[in-house]
Amino acid sequence: MASYSTNEFKGGLKVMLDGDPCTIVENEFVKPGKGQAFNRVKLRNLMTGRVWERTFKSGESLEGADVLDLDMEYLYNDGEMWYFMKTDGSFEQYPVEKKALGDTEKWLKEQVVYTVTLWNDNAISVTPPNFIELEVTETDPGLKGDTAQGGSKPATLSSGAVVRVPLFINEGEVLKVDTRTGEYVSRA
Amino acid sequence: MATDWRPTASIETLRERARRLAEVRAFFAARGVLEVETPVLGHGGSTDVHLASLSTRATTPAGRERLWLQTSPEFHMKRLLAAGSGPIFQLARSFRDGEVGRRHNLEFTLLEWYRPGFSLDELIGETVALVEAVLGCDPGPPRRRRYRELFRERLGLDPFTVGLPELKRLAGERGGLDMGEAGRDDCLDLLMSLEIEPHLGRDGLDVVVDYPASQAALARRHRDPEDGAWVASRFEFYLEGLELANGYDELTDAKEQAARFAADNAARRAVGLTEVDVDERLLAALAHGMPAGSGVALGLDRLIQLALGKASVAEVMAFATPRC
Repeated sequence: MASYSTNEFKGGLKVMLDGDPCTIVENEFVKPGKGQAFNRVKLRNLMTGRVWERTFKSGESLEGADVLDLDMEYLYNDGEMWYFMKTDGSFEQYPVEKKALGDTEKWLKEQVVYTVTLWNDNAISVTPPNFIELEVTETDPGLKGDTAQGGSKPATLSSGAVVRVPLFINEGEVLKVDTRTGEYVSRA
Repeated sequence: MATDWRPTASIETLRERARRLAEVRAFFAARGVLEVETPVLGHGGSTDVHLASLSTRATTPAGRERLWLQTSPEFHMKRLLAAGSGPIFQLARSFRDGEVGRRHNLEFTLLEWYRPGFSLDELIGETVALVEAVLGCDPGPPRRRRYRELFRERLGLDPFTVGLPELKRLAGERGGLDMGEAGRDDCLDLLMSLEIEPHLGRDGLDVVVDYPASQAALARRHRDPEDGAWVASRFEFYLEGLELANGYDELTDAKEQAARFAADNAARRAVGLTEVDVDERLLAALAHGMPAGSGVALGLDRLIQLALGKASVAEVMAFATPRC
């Protein structure tokens, strides 16, 4: 892999730090008028999701990380691993561990396309689409005529996620949900 | 459609910028300070270890020569002072390699002025007045902060007497890095940048004085009345966490200046940086005699950025480096 000098650091660049692949979130050039120049860098560790703040002397470099974000369709779970398939027509499948799946587990639906992050060809994280349509499998009965603002109740979706929904929503309905906030958007 | 042909500042901002430049010129005209223009290219450059100079080759009557893009107009302006110019100011385009960011641009505008016969305190007073004129408001009474006190307050240590291992440990911890073979000034710079600067100038102007003697650059040194430690006779202005201006009680001793240039170049060699040609004509001018006095360089783009409430210097420049 190529290595990158601090002046090439920019948001989204994937680099290795302390043995883990990271993505650069923010890079700020800091220099007192008559002093040593530094780069104050925020990096997200792609293995843990944790954000690190580190300082580098300007001109220092980090090794690039062989990280790829690929679109993949969710197929199934065999009880141990979750399987995703590339959408480029190659039908190539990738197993994903529970640890890499993380919070995305509760947003899984077959045939939906997710972003799978590969490091050295192993899946290390899975990001759901921003919006997803899921069926309500369990909620208190809907209140007829109550379409006004105000009330909400919990509803369990087919993927296992629990979201707050308006009182008029019934079991069996399909909802559009924002996966970034976990909030109900509308009926699908 | 590509949009990167567009200016990084709005046309409205550029109008405001022009108005502030006119303000600066009126300020100095009213005070009898002469506007000068000195070359962007020079036979000598800044030897400062922490400034990276750009250079170019040019064909002149002397043949193919290496010329340096000036990191500030200081050397040429001092030669004017030695030639009897009296008080002078300049809006000078200056160049520093590698410096691009929210607060930096490869080429930028320094407002630099020199006041023969002024003490450092008199120049601090005039700099406050200039800053107010450009901001168009009174940022409140400036507070004078001693470098030493700032470190004691924020970090609980005396930057002049703390041991190097302790300083390295703290700098490494706060910065999240291994300081390796770093020296005292590297550690102090890091702590100043990360732990102190962001808090400065939050309730009006902060004027930091009495820097470590090792950071004197082209300033004289004097003794700290507290314990007789040598400190640099220079000041820096801070507003909203931004370093705005850097002033010196100017060094006028040619021998001392030559020694500092040589020490700089030795330090450059030691860390594998190219040496910079020393401005021999500045040394000759100092040997001829430059009137004692004070001078200051102010980052005009940053001041305009603050005056207009913008988030970066790029937003007050027609075309910042990424789009130049």
